[in-house]
Amino acid sequence: MIHRFFGGVHPQGHKEYTEALAVAPLPQPPEQVVLSMSQHVGAPCAPTVSVGDSVTVGQVVGEPTGLGAPIHSSVSGKVVAVEPRPHVGGSPVMAVVVENDKLDTPAEPIPRPAKPDKLTTEQVIEIVRAAGITGMGGAGFPTHVKLSSALGKVDTVILNGAECEPYLTADHRLMLEQPERVIEGGRVLMRALGLTKLVIGVEANKLDAVEALKAKAPADVEVRPLRVRYPQGAEKQLIQNITGRQVPPGGLPANVGCAVFNVATAAAVYDAVFDGKPLTHRIVTVTGKGIVRPGNFLVPLGTPMEHLVETAGGLKGAPGRVLCGGPMMGIAQYDLTASTIKGNNGLLVMSTREYAPTPKGVLTCIHCGRCVSACPMHLVPLAFNQRFTAGHFEQLEGLRILDCIECGSCAYSCPAHIPLVQAIRAGKNEVRKLQTAAKAAAAKAEAEAKAAEEAAKAEEAAKAEETKAEADVPAEPTKEKEEATSK
Amino acid sequence: MNNDTETKRRFSVGSSPHVASPVSTPNLMLDVIIALLPAWVVAIYFFGFRVVTLTAVTVAAAMGAEYLYRRLTHQHQTVSDFSAAVTGLLLVMCLPVETPYWVAVIGAVFAIVVVKQLFGGLGKNFMNPALAGRVFLFSFLPYISRYAAPGHTFWAPIFGAGQPEAVSAATPMSYLHAGTLPEGVSLRQLLVGQQAGCLGEVASLMLILGGVYLVLRKVISPRIPLCYLGTVAVLTFLFPMGGIPRMDWMLYNLLSGGLMLGAIFMATDYVTSPVTPTGRVVYGVGCGALTVFLRYFGSYPEGVSFAILVMNTLVWSLDKAFMPHRFGTPWFKQKEKKEASK
Repeated sequence: MIHRFFGGVHPQGHKEYTEALAVAPLPQPPEQVVLSMSQHVGAPCAPTVSVGDSVTVGQVVGEPTGLGAPIHSSVSGKVVAVEPRPHVGGSPVMAVVVENDKLDTPAEPIPRPAKPDKLTTEQVIEIVRAAGITGMGGAGFPTHVKLSSALGKVDTVILNGAECEPYLTADHRLMLEQPERVIEGGRVLMRALGLTKLVIGVEANKLDAVEALKAKAPADVEVRPLRVRYPQGAEKQLIQNITGRQVPPGGLPANVGCAVFNVATAAAVYDAVFDGKPLTHRIVTVTGKGIVRPGNFLVPLGTPMEHLVETAGGLKGAPGRVLCGGPMMGIAQYDLTASTIKGNNGLLVMSTREYAPTPKGVLTCIHCGRCVSACPMHLVPLAFNQRFTAGHFEQLEGLRILDCIECGSCAYSCPAHIPLVQAIRAGKNEVRKLQTAAKAAAAKAEAEAKAAEEAAKAEEAAKAEETKAEADVPAEPTKEKEEATSK
Repeated sequence: MNNDTETKRRFSVGSSPHVASPVSTPNLMLDVIIALLPAWVVAIYFFGFRVVTLTAVTVAAAMGAEYLYRRLTHQHQTVSDFSAAVTGLLLVMCLPVETPYWVAVIGAVFAIVVVKQLFGGLGKNFMNPALAGRVFLFSFLPYISRYAAPGHTFWAPIFGAGQPEAVSAATPMSYLHAGTLPEGVSLRQLLVGQQAGCLGEVASLMLILGGVYLVLRKVISPRIPLCYLGTVAVLTFLFPMGGIPRMDWMLYNLLSGGLMLGAIFMATDYVTSPVTPTGRVVYGVGCGALTVFLRYFGSYPEGVSFAILVMNTLVWSLDKAFMPHRFGTPWFKQKEKKEASK
């Protein structure tokens, strides 16, 4: 049964640049890798090596300080710097820089206490943690945390192979070329969660990948082609499409009994469990009209973007926009100094003609409702823009602005090209500010009320004593009355 | 190193998404104009060449008023988004062919300046400018209540208006208002547009064709026209007047007067219609119910313009009251809404 999600858009796919190109290792390994300490949701890792140390492929160079996963070196060589370096997110983040000796000396494999299919849940979670696996679809939530929080609450494990972002083909090539890694990795996750059924959702523009997966799929794995509609691969929409369930506002997939993992995450789990290899490489699609030879590359994490661009033949003219990720949700880059992180599935160089430049002049909403029809979260985006530009921040929360997943469908479909996502992000910030202010005010009011109450009590006690002292003789009837009322 | 980084900062950045759909506001307006053309061509066939000159004058007046207002108030120019052209075209579509040019110009200027620009321009007006202009012209009733019979002459005088030789005919709506079926006008004639009436409202079939085009091009959602026409159909079927067979009464009501033009092109005006799916349903049903009410009990034969204008004023409240069902909240609420939308 198909449960379609409401809304969405259908941007041009542009997958033709790279969908037929096999994943290739980098012909020239990078001279240096810059291993950012922030490659996941949560606090950045703390470096565990210092300048001058030798490291091997798969050696831990950063340990999480809170929510997170360890970070491993993707090459062997010498640590030459431990300092803040440019990050895809914008501001510099602490990083470990390793000079590549190009020997690829491997580290000790991750210990595996039992055969892959005999591992207990705790053992799988430990291996996944030690391998530093985080969600590889973009958000980068640590997989071992997802597993332990989903334990006992889920009845459906979904592998996300939708890859609904235009241009990107990294997951497509992975499923097509190495379906068994995806399937077996997914089954490890499935068994760890105590389940017997695995669903792999793939958008129907990758039917060859569907066939490849089906050919290798055992009876407990179902490969489900999905309609081609952005944002099909958004977690909430994928769950809705496959199970018909809707994740409640502010909730997690586990709230509706689902656990969703990216197909690349499943492949990384396979490597960790079967080969004892931590997450050190990933497939990155380097594509766009602004690049000379687009391709899918197996990239050591920490490879500078500049190196990826060189590998793909360099830039074709002045680029219009350089994105880390796809055109719908990717992060625009000022330059090519940032390096690849675990959730980085694409490097997209758009020519000046390809990307939609920031519109100039006054943008007038004509109230056409296209953003409402496009919103997969059933929101009214034009109302956010209207309230935000008018400064009515207090109305935004009631309009459910925090439900927005920032997929960009509204801004894509806007005929006036109003930057709705930008307004929504800024609006969310204002709402959060108001929320913290309200919390602080509430705490303050509570403290004041308490103080006032205590003061009143003290006063009352003093008064009671006074009256007692004043009227010693006729106190009895009033006391009885008091007792009666207090009862 | 730092200097090096500085010199390399050369790419433009911005908020995602970085691609946009090719649909833009002028495209949408042009699609509306294209959708109106078939009915307009039929109007030329039945009412003569004066349709062309009257249209030219009205559209030019609307665009000129927009240009001058923006210019004189030192605001950025918006003529090129074609919304003023659409307003002018819609206004002329609901005028009789005998309308004097100066009356049409007054209507266009009122629609653009008073109804649209004084409220802030495109997207800010709360009433459909063309309809409000049309209703304003009721002040000039003697000049716009003369309806030429279709096809009496092609080369009616282009200059001057209210020519004595013009045959003034009763519109089907005036018969319906009196509780009888129009004499000598078959349903087939109503469908092709061989009836007396405003120049753009007569060719029902062509208007429906235009509506189908707009729906297929995803310019409008079919909810508003379907709910509007459906409500009129149901109400007229249930309450026929003067002992006329239900089916006939319903079909004559659907195909006469400005209903098709109103339901397909006026009620779906973006700025003055709701954006939420359920809001659109309520709005369409409200327009339909008010239209039938005004046709039965109003003093004018036609009720479409007033019905839509009244519903226009409720759009803000409808959008607020009928927010889409919140994602991930219990199902029974959504089921209720789904039933309502059917």
